Amino acid sequence: MERPLTQHIDPNGSPLSLAAYEQVGGYAAVRKALKGMTPQEVQKLVQDSNLKGRGGAGFNTGMKWSFVPMGNGVPQVRYLIANADEMEPGTFKDRVLLEGNPHQLIEGMILAGYAIQANISYVFLRWAYRKAAQVIRKSIDEAYAAGYLGKNILGSGYNLDMHLHTGVGRYMCGEETALLNALEGKRATPRAKPPFPQVSGLFGKPTIVNNVETFCCVPHIVNNGADWFKGLSHSEDGGTKLYGVSGKVKRPGCWELPMGVTMRELIEEHAGGMQDGVQLKGVLPGGASTDFLTAEHLDIKMDFASVAAAGSRLGTGTMIVMDDATCPVGFVHNLQHFFAQESCGWCTPCREGLPWVEKILLSLEKGEGSEADMELLHMHAQFLGPGHTFCALAPGAMEPLQSALKYFREDFEKHIHEKRCPYANHQ
Amino acid sequence: MSLTENEIQSIDHEIALVPYKKAAVIEALKIVQQHRGWVSDESVEAIAGYLEMSPAEVDSVATFYNLIFRKPVGRHVILLCDSISCYVMGYKELYSALSKKISIKFGETTPDKRFTLLPNCCLGCCDHAPAFMIDEDLYQDVKEGELEEILNKYA
Repeated sequence: MERPLTQHIDPNGSPLSLAAYEQVGGYAAVRKALKGMTPQEVQKLVQDSNLKGRGGAGFNTGMKWSFVPMGNGVPQVRYLIANADEMEPGTFKDRVLLEGNPHQLIEGMILAGYAIQANISYVFLRWAYRKAAQVIRKSIDEAYAAGYLGKNILGSGYNLDMHLHTGVGRYMCGEETALLNALEGKRATPRAKPPFPQVSGLFGKPTIVNNVETFCCVPHIVNNGADWFKGLSHSEDGGTKLYGVSGKVKRPGCWELPMGVTMRELIEEHAGGMQDGVQLKGVLPGGASTDFLTAEHLDIKMDFASVAAAGSRLGTGTMIVMDDATCPVGFVHNLQHFFAQESCGWCTPCREGLPWVEKILLSLEKGEGSEADMELLHMHAQFLGPGHTFCALAPGAMEPLQSALKYFREDFEKHIHEKRCPYANHQ
Repeated sequence: MSLTENEIQSIDHEIALVPYKKAAVIEALKIVQQHRGWVSDESVEAIAGYLEMSPAEVDSVATFYNLIFRKPVGRHVILLCDSISCYVMGYKELYSALSKKISIKFGETTPDKRFTLLPNCCLGCCDHAPAFMIDEDLYQDVKEGELEEILNKYA
């Protein structure tokens, strides 16, 4: 089984240096593309590989790049940004790539930058990733010194500068347009679309923002071709995927596996199954903003279409397992606390609705809830859902809530009828 | 308090990377906080003056971000992850133990200014929950019995 993204990462070792990366074929793709391919050929190759964005939305990466205006008579300043904010609770996959093989990210960014003819790039990294910050800063310097960044890269005539920007903590920064505002020195509130960032992004110029894992796939696609990439997968979506499992499993962790492995394989085989004494009750398959699935869904494939068909989202592919000793109401309360706190306040439904939801869940946990609260929760799940808010934060927050109301309704009702948390003794 | 030469030098470096001065405001706040530990009203005014912004404009940015401190903090800041994987793996118990040990709650600073304790959303090490950071050091799979030894590293 091929693991192109992680095969050279030593889980307990140092990050791959430039020399070590070159020794295993690193930067060969940059040489190949900059010397023998046009930007359009790189775009087309990535589009044909069916690489879908690994940040959660799952849009075809090459197609996204193709929306950048190219040629004469269009803005010549273009930006490229790696979204390394990774602040969604339960999500920890990009950390592995950032800390383990930083040059793979840089190489992917050079190729993407070349494909859209961007000359300035940023790595937008969350503050908490201190080790990654050190590693990326050092690797960017190494890449400049070796002629992979800067002016006239490898004599090709192509120029690309790269800067590291570390955030100061706000989940909204992971939203594409809010990230642009943060980079411009503003509050990270989302922007109206259209215009899309591909046309008018950072400082009003065409901009591409991609997830770290997405960029890391690109050198391998350029080296080995679109068909090879598609062949790595067990599903229609191309490539491998970094999957993660956290919660009360025997071996929580992160693994690179063919896109489309089953949830059962991930939880039972790779994560070693549930810890002794607890059973699986629910799973958020792709981070805090995805709908719960349950044990009956264990055999679904973990790819974008299959998880959607089961009523949830693949998201970041890092699943959070809820066991039967953990209170679902407390679990969802924790999630809503996070979303309420991280709402940027830009639009009223999100700013006002999420704290309301949080308060209702807290009162349920304390045994002070009533049947009317269930109606209120259902109402919020609908009115904070897609189409009612400015961006996807509140609809994302409603995914675990609405599915918890569907699958764990009995638990909510027990809190109301018993006037206490029935799980209190188990925690 | 006006900006020091060192701070101005670092802020100028950031201004050179962006198309207009204002765009460097987050970096300026980070730089001032790095030197002074937190961002006071006087610091906000100094940054505003230097970047040709109003103090309210600078403050609107400073108060938006979780890790810009608008109140004084202790010598060491503890960021305890309160997100879902840590919640499942016993963050509440860890918080109780930690809070008891240093006798402060979230948002407070010890009387000797040694520690400030803050909640922090997901630290991105969900497979090693529960976790916290002290200054720039990450502690994972933390057990209550290890707290004493960890805290002793920070005077």
